[in-house]
Order: sequence, then structure tokens, then C-alpha cells
Amino acid sequence: MTDKPHLDEEALAELRDVMEDEFEVLIQTYVADSRDRIRGLQEALRADDSDAFAKTAHSFKGSCINIGAPRLGDLCLRAEIAGKESRLDDASGLLDDIAREFEQVIAGLDGLMVG
Amino acid sequence: MDDSVAEHSRPLRILIADDSDSDRLILKTLLKRLGHEVLDVANGLDAVSVFQREAPDLVLLDALMPVMDGMEAARQIKLLAGERLVPLIFLTSLSEAGALARCLEAGGDDFLGKPYNRIIIEAKIKAFNRMRLMHRTLSDQRDLIRERNRQLTDEQEIAKRVFDNVAHSGCLDASNIRYHASPQSIFNGDVLFASPRPAGGMLIFMGDFTGHGLPAAIGAMPVAEIFYGMANKGFNGQDVLREINQKLKRILPTGMFCCGAMIEADFKLNQLQVWNGGLPDGWLIRTSGELQALPSRHLPLGILAPDQFNADFERVGAAPGDRVLMMTDGFLESADSAGNVFGEQGVTGTLDQLDGGDHPFDAMMSAVHRFTGNFEDGDDLTLCCLEMMDEAGLATLPDRAAPSALAGPAEWRCSYEIRERTLGEFSPLPLLLHICMEVPGLRRKSGEIYTLLAELYNNALEHGVLELPSEWKHSPEGFGRYYAERNRRLANVEGHYIRFTLHHSLKPDGGRLRVICEDSGQGFDFHNHPSVATGNSPTMSGRYAGRGLLLLKRLAETIRFHEQGNHVEIVYDWQFARTAENRDD
Repeated sequence: MTDKPHLDEEALAELRDVMEDEFEVLIQTYVADSRDRIRGLQEALRADDSDAFAKTAHSFKGSCINIGAPRLGDLCLRAEIAGKESRLDDASGLLDDIAREFEQVIAGLDGLMVG
Repeated sequence: MDDSVAEHSRPLRILIADDSDSDRLILKTLLKRLGHEVLDVANGLDAVSVFQREAPDLVLLDALMPVMDGMEAARQIKLLAGERLVPLIFLTSLSEAGALARCLEAGGDDFLGKPYNRIIIEAKIKAFNRMRLMHRTLSDQRDLIRERNRQLTDEQEIAKRVFDNVAHSGCLDASNIRYHASPQSIFNGDVLFASPRPAGGMLIFMGDFTGHGLPAAIGAMPVAEIFYGMANKGFNGQDVLREINQKLKRILPTGMFCCGAMIEADFKLNQLQVWNGGLPDGWLIRTSGELQALPSRHLPLGILAPDQFNADFERVGAAPGDRVLMMTDGFLESADSAGNVFGEQGVTGTLDQLDGGDHPFDAMMSAVHRFTGNFEDGDDLTLCCLEMMDEAGLATLPDRAAPSALAGPAEWRCSYEIRERTLGEFSPLPLLLHICMEVPGLRRKSGEIYTLLAELYNNALEHGVLELPSEWKHSPEGFGRYYAERNRRLANVEGHYIRFTLHHSLKPDGGRLRVICEDSGQGFDFHNHPSVATGNSPTMSGRYAGRGLLLLKRLAETIRFHEQGNHVEIVYDWQFARTAENRDD
């Protein structure tokens, strides 16, 4: 497992600074976007499409890194590599890890909003 | 400077294409906070169409996108941008070297990694904006240079037309002249003029100004004016040359001058007079095949002050069929592809191999042609060949337009006398011709009037005052002796004079010019002169030998000698409507 934190507090603080009033919108956008990505990964897995799996994981990784969710980004990177190497057997377990980690991230972000 | 500062801080219009909504939102907000205008789309296809519609200054493209990926979008955008530099930065978390290289190959200028760092983003946008502006400045300057160049070409075209009007080609198209000059030769500083002389013969001037382009052409204008103006009025080559030198000395900046050569051809006396100042050797090619170099013996024109300028011509006898060849430096400098020049060896080699049937002009042109191979490039040479011929074979000066009315002086009389030292230094002919040309009816007869005046004057000077025997001129040795003696005797003319008295009056159908020429010489026995008296005397007198007197008799109504033969009076009549063809009957 990765040892990176669920959330990068510093990055998020900077984003809040940049986005000002739109910070909440950004978080909601990210969450909605991420749900789409996870659905996309599941579909690719079902269709046994390792290329689509790798691409979706790649894009998902990018937005995780940008939002300040490094551990989830790391899982996405592994998924991307698995997809590229057509190891979709490993991918199924990774996808579960991603879904779990995503719930952690949402919880953490919710905490931020309240705070 | 202020403008460019303002230009560098002006907000940019930036297009973002990224399929991740959150990433796009972050980037868009960042850029807006930096003051830029942002257009955003979620795939490559939309990126291309927005680019086409909105013409943004800068594009940020995600590499992997649905519908059309960043690579393909980059290719199409660069194609649409054409010559405009629109910086294109890939947004990517790609880390594989091959994938990054493909982004650049597709037309990308740089990458921007995730997570976004606003300091890096701002710095990169600034850097690429600088590059974009520099590119635009360069393009603008290139366009400006292109435009200036076009303008310059236009101006040269106009200048050339003006120059052609001033310089025209004179009598370069006469049957005894062959020449080559590039159409743009004036901008190489080369000039070539030819003019018939009012009394027959021709004057040719070839010049090569230092420098190129308009400065060289500007110097040529006054030379053309002086040459044609003075040649037309009957001035000889020496006078024209002196005037050109004086003018150029005055107007040209230091370091600029004109190499030149003047040729005065006299078809009646079968002689050439040549002055060469700074041009390559000219060549006299006799019908026998004998070659004679006519080298430069003077400094170019426009260097020496008038009192230091030497306008002495070299005088050579030349029979019909003899040809004289002159060329500019450009001819010798014609180079082949290896940079070897044609040179003097090229010229002498060609001339040495001439055989009787070859025209030296054609031989030289084809020799230089063969030598250089690609002759059309940088044609910077002028070549001219004049052939001596019987004057009768040449078209004479065209009659000027008929006088419109009786403007100008009709009844007048004047007397003009030159004395002593001035006899050797000054020719009164242009002045006398000028006075006669004030009469409109005489203007179209300038050739005949000049011939009359010149015959009278030369006889009065050479045979009257200087007492030179004309038969000396009939042999090559005597020819040189004649002119040496002429110069010697001209230094010793105290008390001598030549006096012209011109008298013009109107007649019912035209006018009458009476010319009296008196000199201080001994005169001659005109009662027994073969051309005057009837019957042929075996001894030809020195004076009015041969054709001189016959010419006068042909042109004038009457010719009479007075006193001891040093007082000649001729009467010349002209008619209003009728022209020269009626005169001889």
C-alpha cells in the first residue's frame, strides 16, 4: 500500500486560496467527476478493455493530484500501469482499493467544508 | 519602449482544452485571477473549432481527451495558425519520455505538469508571451522589409523612366553602333550615350560610376543632360568632357567619381579622338586585323579641379570599316561559377583570335557568355562598338519640327572676333551656332549652318592663321606632324585674329544669312585655286583643299573671296515651307 496521505492539506489550502468562493464548486465538480471516472473504470473492466481502463485511470490520476488527493492518485497510477500492461486481473482488486480510498477522500473533503 | 511594456502586460486570450472538469476549473480560475481571458472546452474537436473562431493568443491542451486527443488537436491548430506563432502547451501528467516527445512532434511548445503550480504557470505564460511577441515583431519587420523592398523597386522603376527620358538612347541605334547594356545598368552605375554632331560625326560617352543603386544613378542624370545638350549644340568632346568633370567634381561626394571614356568620331577626316579616364583599355580593330589599345591615360571624372583637368584627346586615323571597342569594368569582372574573372586576358585572347568575318562585338559577347555560363545572373557589363564609315551611309540629324511662326529675331547683325591666345583655347562655333539658332527658320538647318561655320573657322585657323599645309594630313606620318605643328604654332599667335560677321534678314519666302569670316593670315591665291578657278592646276594650294570648298559651295548660295583671300563671304538662304531636298537643284 501507499504511504501517501489521503489529503494534501497544503495543496488544498492553496486551492482554497485560489478558488475563493468557488472552492466548494470545485470540490463538488471533483467528486462528481470522480464518480464518473470510477464508473468508467468499472465499465472498462467489464468490457475487458485495458486501453480504456488505462486512459481513464490516467485522467483520474491527474485530477486527484491536482485536487490534493495523493494516495488516490497513486492508486490510479497503478491502475493505469496495470491497464497498459493488460493485467486486468490485478485491476479488479485495484478498483476496489480506489473505490474505498475515494470514500475516504470524500469524508476528508466533507470535513474540510464543514470546517 | 512604453508600447512594448504595455504589450507585454496586456491580458491574453487563452484557450484551455481538458476533459477533467475539476482540472479545467482550477486552471481557468488561476488564469482569470492572473487577468487573462479564458475560453475552455472539454475535447480536441471543440478546441480546434474555438481556436478557429476566437483566434486565442495561447493554447493549453490536455494530451489525452475523448473525441479528439490533444496530439491531433495540436496538429490542426498549428496548421490553422500558419505563420502566426501561437504557443501551445500540453497539460499532462504523462511521464514517459516517448509520450512527451510525441507531444512536441505534434506541434507542442512545452509541457505543464500536474499538480498545477500557479507560480510555474504564470512564469511559463509570461515566457511564451515574450516569445510570441518577439516572433510577431520579427514577422512585422520582415513584412516591413518586404514592403520597403517593393517600394524601392517601384522607385527605381520610376527613376529609371525619368532617367530614360533624360538620357534616351541618342543615336545608339545607328547602323554603325553595336552595344550591350543591361536594362538596369543605370543602377549598376553604367551609362552609355551617343549623339550625332551637328556637322557630322558622332560623340560617344561611356561611364561607370562608383557605387550602385540610386546614388550611382543620380550622378548619371546631369552627365546625360550635359552630354546631349552640348553635343547637340556642336560642342566638341573636349568641351563636353570638361563640363562633365566640373559638374561631377562639384556635386559628387568625396570618394564617388565616374570612370569614363569619350570617343569623337569624324567620318569626314577619317579620324577618331579618344579620351579614356579609368575605364579598361579600349581597342581599335582595323580592317587589316591590326589591334591598337586605347588605354586609360587620365584620372576618372569628378576628381580633379577644372584647372587641373586634362581633356587632351588621343587622335588616331581610322578608315571606314575600322572599329573601336569600349567596355566597363563589369565586363572584365564577369565571373564563372568558380569565381574566376574574364579579365583582360579574356579580352585580348578573344581579340587575338578574331578572324576577318567576325564582328568584334559578337565575338566579345559570346566569349564572355561562354566564360560565365549563367550569363543572366548579375549582368553588370556594358560593351559598345563603333564602326567608322562613310558619312553618306549614315542617316543625318533628323530635321527638327518646322518653325511655327515668325517668332525670334529676323533682322540682325553681329560681329564676333577671337584673338591671340584664345585662338588655341576656345572654339567660337557653339556660340555662333547658338546665335543663329535663335532664328526659328534656321533651327531645322542646324547641321548645315554648323558645317558652314566649322568649315570657315577651321580653314581660317589652320590654313589662314597657322598656315598649315593640308596635304600633310594625307599620310600617316604627316598626320601626326600636322597636329604637332598645329599645337606648336598655336602657342605663337600674337596679333592674330579670326572675325565672324553674321547678318540675317528676311526675304519674301524665307530668310538670308550672310557670314563673313576674316582672318589675320596671309590669304591665298584664290584666283588660281583649282576649286575656284576653272581648269585644274596640278599644284594644290594649301587652302580650301579638296572637299572643304566643295562642301561650302554645295551648301551656300554663293561664296566669294575678297582681299588677298583671307576674307570669305558666303550667303545661305532658307525657305519657309521647303526643305533641304530642294536645295541641291
